[in-house]
Amino acid sequence: MTARLPAIFKTTATRLSALYLLLFALCAMILVFYTTSLSVRMLTGQLQETISDEVPILGRAYQRGGVPLLVRFVEQRSRQPGANLYLLADPQGRILAGNVEALQPGVLDIEGWSDTPFLYSRFAAAEAEAETANEGHRAVAFVMRLPNQMILLVGRDLGEAERLRFVMRRALILALGFMGLGALIIWYVVGRRALRRIDRVSDAGRRIMAGDLTGRLPISGAGDEFDRLSENLNSMLGRIASLNEGLKQVSDNIAHDLKTPLTRMRNRAEAALAGDKRSGEYRKVLEATITEADQLIRTFNAILMISRLEAGYSAEQTGSIDLTAIIADVVDLYEPLAEENGVAFVADAAANASVTGNRELIGQALSNVVDNAIKYSQGHGENPTVRVALRRVADAWRIDVEDSGPGIAEADRARATERFVRLEDSRSQPGSGLGLSLAKAIMGFHGGGLELSGRDPGLCVSMTFPDRKAD
Amino acid sequence: MHMKLLIIEDDREASDYLEKAFAEAGHQAHLARDGETGYALAGDGDYDVLVVDRMLPKRDGLSVIAALRAKGIETPVLILSALGEVDDRVTGLRAGGDDYLTKPYAFSELLARVEVLGRRKGRGDVETVYRIGDLELDRLSHSVRRAGQEIVLQPREFRLLEYLMRHAGQVVTRTMLLENVWDYHFDPQTNVIDVHISRLRSKIEKGYDKPVLHTVRGAGYMLKAG
Repeated sequence: MTARLPAIFKTTATRLSALYLLLFALCAMILVFYTTSLSVRMLTGQLQETISDEVPILGRAYQRGGVPLLVRFVEQRSRQPGANLYLLADPQGRILAGNVEALQPGVLDIEGWSDTPFLYSRFAAAEAEAETANEGHRAVAFVMRLPNQMILLVGRDLGEAERLRFVMRRALILALGFMGLGALIIWYVVGRRALRRIDRVSDAGRRIMAGDLTGRLPISGAGDEFDRLSENLNSMLGRIASLNEGLKQVSDNIAHDLKTPLTRMRNRAEAALAGDKRSGEYRKVLEATITEADQLIRTFNAILMISRLEAGYSAEQTGSIDLTAIIADVVDLYEPLAEENGVAFVADAAANASVTGNRELIGQALSNVVDNAIKYSQGHGENPTVRVALRRVADAWRIDVEDSGPGIAEADRARATERFVRLEDSRSQPGSGLGLSLAKAIMGFHGGGLELSGRDPGLCVSMTFPDRKAD
Repeated sequence: MHMKLLIIEDDREASDYLEKAFAEAGHQAHLARDGETGYALAGDGDYDVLVVDRMLPKRDGLSVIAALRAKGIETPVLILSALGEVDDRVTGLRAGGDDYLTKPYAFSELLARVEVLGRRKGRGDVETVYRIGDLELDRLSHSVRRAGQEIVLQPREFRLLEYLMRHAGQVVTRTMLLENVWDYHFDPQTNVIDVHISRLRSKIEKGYDKPVLHTVRGAGYMLKAG
């Protein structure tokens, strides 16, 4: 844990906790000081009122009975429990009567209200309940000079206000202490918890980086922001893993599908070199080699194109294109081939369909699909037929290419569009095995899709184009 | 038909091979290894066709072409490029190129295209009637005759024959046909063009003793008398 501490201090949680603590403490202090000073002022005001009430009474006593009556009044009031402070002094400041034993010097020199509380002490005898009589007390007082120059002081002890202030301060300190403690606990719990989860995520990340692409970030199930983050990172990892898997599969396939023709080429050249041959035979070998090399180039180009399209950063030009015209072109291109192969070729594309896309790419996709359809229908069934139909489906245009070939078993359909996949029964057919995957990549590039569905008999390849103009 | 070519290509092996291969085909090729040299040579020399790689040291291929065109030099240009996307082709042609070929390519394809480009120079499309031996195609009346006999062709077959006749005596590759007759630049999985050609061939050759539409192995087709 000590090793953790430096890390925990660097967290956002710590910084936020400290900031909040500081703010709340400041607020609490301001609040407490404000209430205290307000209460103390109010209390002082009350005291002054009590004194103000007393002063005229004593003044009247002096007018009526002179000093003796005043002294009597003062003595009498002094003895009452919880009495005010009274003091009568001669012009020189010597105390004549009252319950004040000693005063801070200078208090009697200023007439009227004493601006600041002053220290005084009371006669121990007069204050029965006072245990701390000899200690200095603080008080406020009103000082007046009688007509005969004697000085009369009426005051009130500030003990209550002082006590209030004391209690408030203690409360403040206590509150601040609890607040700090609370903040500390919350910060520790929250900060450490967050830190622990982040550490877990980092650990998982490190493991994944180390090569374990199947690893996933832990999800606590709390559905909080950490979970959301982890979920997103996990789906990102899933995407990376699937791309990686695709890449791996492609390299495997390249290794297999490209190595075979390369080996064949090499062997043929080797066989041609061995033994004496006539120039006509060399020619034949070389021609076959060129044909094979061309096929390889074609395969490479298709792979490159699929990768570019799938990566999605291709900036191929798109514009408004006429699907009907493209269908007409492809039909025109393939009709003789179909006829030669004894396949009836029917097109139903009367609708005038305009979509956003790239004419070349769509033409290529459709021609690949049609090419496949003819290839697999050929010689299959009574009346081999390939039908190309343009249909309006919800907000999309769909080109269906239906054939009457052997079809593809439902379980294999998803695989059929994968790169290089030539389902076992079709291995004998010519082709790179890239036709459908290229078509699918092209459809993906156009924001559409390519789906395979079964017919009885045959296969239907549906190419869906979202109608972007409808947006 | 002898042509004088300028090949602007920085890959030494590729350009040496091209020089030799063109020489074997009866053409004289000069080499330039970078854009600046290529631009200077193309500006001075009287070349029939320029073969320009897109990615060149000192000055890229497209800017060389654009500069030449700006100077009023209209020598046909074939762009060679490792970039093969549809867009690259469009950009290349827009920069002033006349044809575009993506690497890797077959030399026969390059040769066929270069020869077509070289012949285009000085020979307009002004002729209204093409004649090869006893085969005759009238572009205005859309009619085809052989030995005076009318041959009925489908519109697409007519355009196919028209293209072949315009380039009679030259090798025309399958991709060239797909590009010029159907206006698509992709590579069909099956050689659909062959089927079109054999259809056309049966129409224009059946019943006549002399073949006119010849298959050039490993390259394409050629229309010629005899």
